[in-house]
Amino acid sequence: MFKYLKQLTSLVAVVAVLFTFTTETMAAKKSKTLKNTQKKGFVRCGVSQGLPGFSNADAAGNWTGIDVDVCRAVAAAVLGDANKVKFTPLSAKERFTALTSGEIDILSRNTTWTLSRDADIGLTFVGVNFYDGQGFMVRKSSGITSTGQFKNGISACTNIGTTTELNMRDFFNSRGISYEPVAFEKADEVVAAYDAGRCDTYTTDKSGLAAQRTKMKNPDEHIVLPETISKEPLGPVVRQGDAVWEDIVRWSLNTMIEAEEYGITSANADSMKTSDNPQIKRLVGAEGEMGAAFGLDNEWNLRIIKQVGNYGESYKRNIADTGILPDRGPNQLWTKGGILYVPPAR
Amino acid sequence: MNFKLKDIGPQLITVIAVVLVFGFFTYNAQINMESRGIDFGYGFLSQESSFDVQFSLIEYDGSHSYFRAYLVGLLNTILVSVIGIVIATILGVIVGVARLSPNYLINKFAAFYVEFFRNIPLLLQIFFWYFAALRALPLPQDAEAIFGVFFLTIKGLYVPAFIWENFNIFLYSIIAAIISIIVIRIHAKKLQETQGKQLPVFYISLGLIFILPLLSFLIGGVRLFFEIPVLKQLATTSFIYEGGVSLPPELIALTLSLSLYTATFIAECVRAGIQGVGKGQKEAAASIGLTPNQVLKLVIMPQALRIIIPPTTNQYLNLTKNSSLAAAIAYPDLVLVFAGTALMQTGKAIEIVSITMFTYLSLSISISILMNWYNKKIAIQEK
Repeated sequence: MFKYLKQLTSLVAVVAVLFTFTTETMAAKKSKTLKNTQKKGFVRCGVSQGLPGFSNADAAGNWTGIDVDVCRAVAAAVLGDANKVKFTPLSAKERFTALTSGEIDILSRNTTWTLSRDADIGLTFVGVNFYDGQGFMVRKSSGITSTGQFKNGISACTNIGTTTELNMRDFFNSRGISYEPVAFEKADEVVAAYDAGRCDTYTTDKSGLAAQRTKMKNPDEHIVLPETISKEPLGPVVRQGDAVWEDIVRWSLNTMIEAEEYGITSANADSMKTSDNPQIKRLVGAEGEMGAAFGLDNEWNLRIIKQVGNYGESYKRNIADTGILPDRGPNQLWTKGGILYVPPAR
Repeated sequence: MNFKLKDIGPQLITVIAVVLVFGFFTYNAQINMESRGIDFGYGFLSQESSFDVQFSLIEYDGSHSYFRAYLVGLLNTILVSVIGIVIATILGVIVGVARLSPNYLINKFAAFYVEFFRNIPLLLQIFFWYFAALRALPLPQDAEAIFGVFFLTIKGLYVPAFIWENFNIFLYSIIAAIISIIVIRIHAKKLQETQGKQLPVFYISLGLIFILPLLSFLIGGVRLFFEIPVLKQLATTSFIYEGGVSLPPELIALTLSLSLYTATFIAECVRAGIQGVGKGQKEAAASIGLTPNQVLKLVIMPQALRIIIPPTTNQYLNLTKNSSLAAAIAYPDLVLVFAGTALMQTGKAIEIVSITMFTYLSLSISISILMNWYNKKIAIQEK
């Protein structure tokens, strides 16, 4: 009997080492950003300085918009309360530095996903919450109804630090039109200058044009031209180097989109727990272990749907009902003729 | 050699502290950038910038490099600073002298101007001149010609372009005029020192600077044509002027607000300088028979300048640095083009901000050196 004691102790030791190792990796899975967020008690979210429908603060300082809802979804998932978000308004110029320097943990600020941004500057794009494209706005009285009528010498107001500046150059260059770019740091100044007549056209993402149009002195005097000159997939961004946090943000957004696909809304989410469809049950935390991999409980996705709503609700509340873009266009589910298609949550 | 620790100790500690603090920040930045997968390097400067700039003194478009974009921004910053400094100095001297005028109206008007413009934040003034003035200006199609050739519109000030024939002969005539003025001045000074005779140097100079270039037109074959801006229709209600030279409203608003703001401070420097010269100096000068003009030129100003120059140097530096507020109104200066667009397109925050800081530092130091040299030149020479 004692003969095997030595072997037995070494076996126990090996098991013990293995066990501590596994608990170690479980803990390591909880990301640093997640830990810090739970310690602070709020999600640090970078948003725009005011773009109706996407991220805009009312007089009381309450932020609304579909970009805001992404941060609220993450807060609901990791903290249990969609209101535990600290919003930091950022200019286009400041946004990436704020994220890479660790001032914010999610950048949800109508930011275009491009190769160079994803690869170069220490960022990771986690998905697309709005498919957009760059367009032009002109005064109705100018008689211009298509970009084909643009002539040499046209002046175009825009923002600095965006893909807009680059697309604009590609567009005018490919057509051999000489133009005068007038680039401001803040969107409000762009609108003011265009509205005053400084520029013949105002160019940015079409959703932005639609939103800014509502801010003009007389919105009916302006039209957005039908042409779209670029692809602008807008989505939330996180810092490189925290894969778990990246996954949490990605799947918070995916949950909202998939919930719409399965007809789960903020109103019926609780009752869906008893659904027959296992896919629906997984989305409301009634089946499977969908939170453990993130270091979260099993109802993280249920909280998102209950507190923030699905993507369709968010779109309706922020963009359709406010009259910015009542037509969902490409931002419709793939099952309904749009291009919103997310991997399954299983 | 006998260093005492007590003498060099504090310096040594300061140097070590500075090195440690810088070392810590550099090390920290390195670690953070590495952990976030951000590369460090200045290689991007030779890459194609692929963005256009509204207004440039050198040939530039998006196919040029980021370094060229940097030069465009730098030159635009220098342009607005130089114009601003010249206007602010002229205006500042006039207002400063006006504040000492015995005329009640002139005096009070100058005082009101100084108090009004120096007490409103500069950024607000820039916004005011840009947006308020912008809205007040007519659209190109409604603009009235000024003297038949200038058009001030919401899209900018259009001025005729000069088209020269034999421009170099004209240039030589100006250089010749300047050289002969210098020779005559030296001669006049000698004449006064040796024989006490005074030549009307001012009128001779004025005559030379006009007559020599005029001669180049009459016999040198120099021709000058003007290309007057012509209205061109882009769409039903959108027009621009073609031909001529266009100064963007952003440049005009920025120089205007910078000069109006800085001139108030320079005016106060000038006033302080003149008041700093003892009253006895003026009375003594008058008593030996100098005319009031001579009193100001030969007695008061040389002494006042010594008081005026150092604080005015500060104002020049302020104006140069304040020009970075240009970004708010789309004037493509160094901050907007390089620390703005280029930074965003490349994401090289540390590199670009460090280059920009170093550039402003160099600009400021150059102005300082120039002004200190001038200050030394006019200082009392102890003999």
